[in-house]
Amino acid sequence: MNELTLVEAINQALAYELAVDSTVVVFGEDVGQNGGVFRATLDLQAKFGEKRVFDTPLAENMIAGLAVGMASQGMKPVAEIQFMGFIYAAIDQIINHAARLRNRTQGRLSCPLVVRTPFGAGIHAPEHHSESTEALFVHIPGLRVVIPSSPARAYGLLLAAIRDPDPVIFLEPTRLYRLFKEAVPNSGEALPLDVSFVLREGTDVTLISWGSMMHETLMAAEELSRLGISAEVIDVATLKPLDMATILVSVEKTGRCVIIHEAARTSGVGAEIAAELAEKALTFLLAPIQRVTGFDTIVPLYKLESYYLPSKEKIIQTVKKVMEYT
Amino acid sequence: MDSPKKIVAKYEIGYTQFLDPSGKLNYPLPLSLQENPLLIEMYQAMVRTRVFDAKAILLQRTGQLGTYPSILGQEAIGVGIGAAMDEHDVFCPYYRDLGTQFWRGVKMAEILLYWGGDERGSCFANNPQDFPICVPVASQTLHAVGVATAFKLRNEARAVVTTIGDGGTSRGDFYESLNVAGVWQLPLVLVINNNQWAISVPRNKQTFTATLAEKGIAAGILGQQVDGNDVIAVFHAVQEGIQRAKQGGGPSLIEAMSYRMSDHTTADDAKRYRLASEVEAHRLEDPIARLKHYLMSGQKWNETDETNLQEKAKAEVDNAVEEYLRIEPNAPSVMFDSLYATLPRALESQRQEVLHGIKSKNE
Repeated sequence: MNELTLVEAINQALAYELAVDSTVVVFGEDVGQNGGVFRATLDLQAKFGEKRVFDTPLAENMIAGLAVGMASQGMKPVAEIQFMGFIYAAIDQIINHAARLRNRTQGRLSCPLVVRTPFGAGIHAPEHHSESTEALFVHIPGLRVVIPSSPARAYGLLLAAIRDPDPVIFLEPTRLYRLFKEAVPNSGEALPLDVSFVLREGTDVTLISWGSMMHETLMAAEELSRLGISAEVIDVATLKPLDMATILVSVEKTGRCVIIHEAARTSGVGAEIAAELAEKALTFLLAPIQRVTGFDTIVPLYKLESYYLPSKEKIIQTVKKVMEYT
Repeated sequence: MDSPKKIVAKYEIGYTQFLDPSGKLNYPLPLSLQENPLLIEMYQAMVRTRVFDAKAILLQRTGQLGTYPSILGQEAIGVGIGAAMDEHDVFCPYYRDLGTQFWRGVKMAEILLYWGGDERGSCFANNPQDFPICVPVASQTLHAVGVATAFKLRNEARAVVTTIGDGGTSRGDFYESLNVAGVWQLPLVLVINNNQWAISVPRNKQTFTATLAEKGIAAGILGQQVDGNDVIAVFHAVQEGIQRAKQGGGPSLIEAMSYRMSDHTTADDAKRYRLASEVEAHRLEDPIARLKHYLMSGQKWNETDETNLQEKAKAEVDNAVEEYLRIEPNAPSVMFDSLYATLPRALESQRQEVLHGIKSKNE
């Protein structure tokens, strides 16, 4: 079986879709000859040519606007923003145009584009290379925000994102790019969007996470099981629109919920999930909903970044706390 | 002492005017305007546009239309662009482009519907390929770059025309668009409507350059100025730019010199920041009056034609207004219908709330 890292799975998905859909184009800064600074687009230009995979001048807002224009003409642009810390220059085009084009023309024009960008801390990167600001995009009507947390889901979700008829912000957890491998058959089979995945079934507590924090969350669940605590683990995967149905079923069963995300706490997506649970599942709850998140600080430069990132131990401690409620 | 430098590059910006403000033709008509009715059609389109514009302001003043940006005095730019484009080219407008939009089949009722607060005004039944009016200044130039890139990658002989105001040229999108269009030699024509005012900020407070056309130089793009109140000059420059684009000659930048005779929009009061005498002086440069004078002096137009045209234009606009006012408001739930190709399940309960929930509209 084909064992791939997450970044190799991204590459495999891009290559698959470039091969089967002639309207797909991949572009961004350094994605051509260089294959992207993380090598997500490695060899794609050699395989598919400069008309399908090409470098752009260095301007993120331009990359997003270019994608909007191309998408309006029936192409499927897959644009790479080199790091999430640089995506803010593109926000005008993403919010004012990509997210709105279908609605403002009542379906006459649409915007089937994907903006891929690596995000999150934990790889000892320079300043502005470690942010997790997914909530900015989750707030915007008309967008989808998708975050894979394993090589297989990266492959299946990216295929789905490219095939989706609406704009998708596809955030790739940098820390997971090469952390582990798993079997990723090049089947061309997409995973569903707008759906959260139950990665592990349990009865005592629901752990909800996404992106690179899935790694610590799954390790915490394993360790908790040795302590006799049965944790159900959900990978949200599509943060917008949010699949609350899956989360509600789980929390109604377990009665306890801990949400884990790397992003800053205030107005993070965890707050939205907690609010939804408070509105719809309060009577099922045995314990207060808890969040384990990054601090409301700027992500520190790398000597301190491990103090910023939520740890497996923090997750376990928080679960122990909610288990005190019966 | 001067350093011993040699000149490594030199640039010139040209200015073109065929028809001067008095209506005198100082150069022979371009070939494409000789021996055909196109110039008269452009005149008629400019008049129709002006009649529509006056009516739209009236509708706003009487509470029947929302905020509306007048194009008074800039009719030649829009009509010149429209007449120069082919049907299958794509237009990415800003919001003072009625002349082009009407020429390309956008219905007057659709424009009223848009400024009247209804998304259906951007459906463009007869003009499905063009972009809708673009409010975030300069951002439309990047869409034009994207459309032009699609044409180039697919080897289609089509061009893209985009417009921008003088204020928009201060924005990064404009420079980014020029840069990419230059380096990729895209089939793009970018027209600046230099109407001298960006709401209350005059052109000389936007930039220190002598012209806006020279902004193309940094991107390796041919820039030129034309008299934007001379529809012949606008038409000719845009037509040349489109031909160049389709022949693989790359992009062009046209600065059309004009003047915003109106307030920025109906929500603005230009008396707060500019003198009436300045506006009056520009009235002598009117694009419609000069063309009318030229056509009449050549016996191509007479007062009977003019009366007929005015009546026809008024009837057309009145019909459009009637059509607009007859259109029932959209059902509130349509705000969900075109948000995504298929409404995500997560949004269904909110849609149901609009359909069946407690009435949320404040009366």
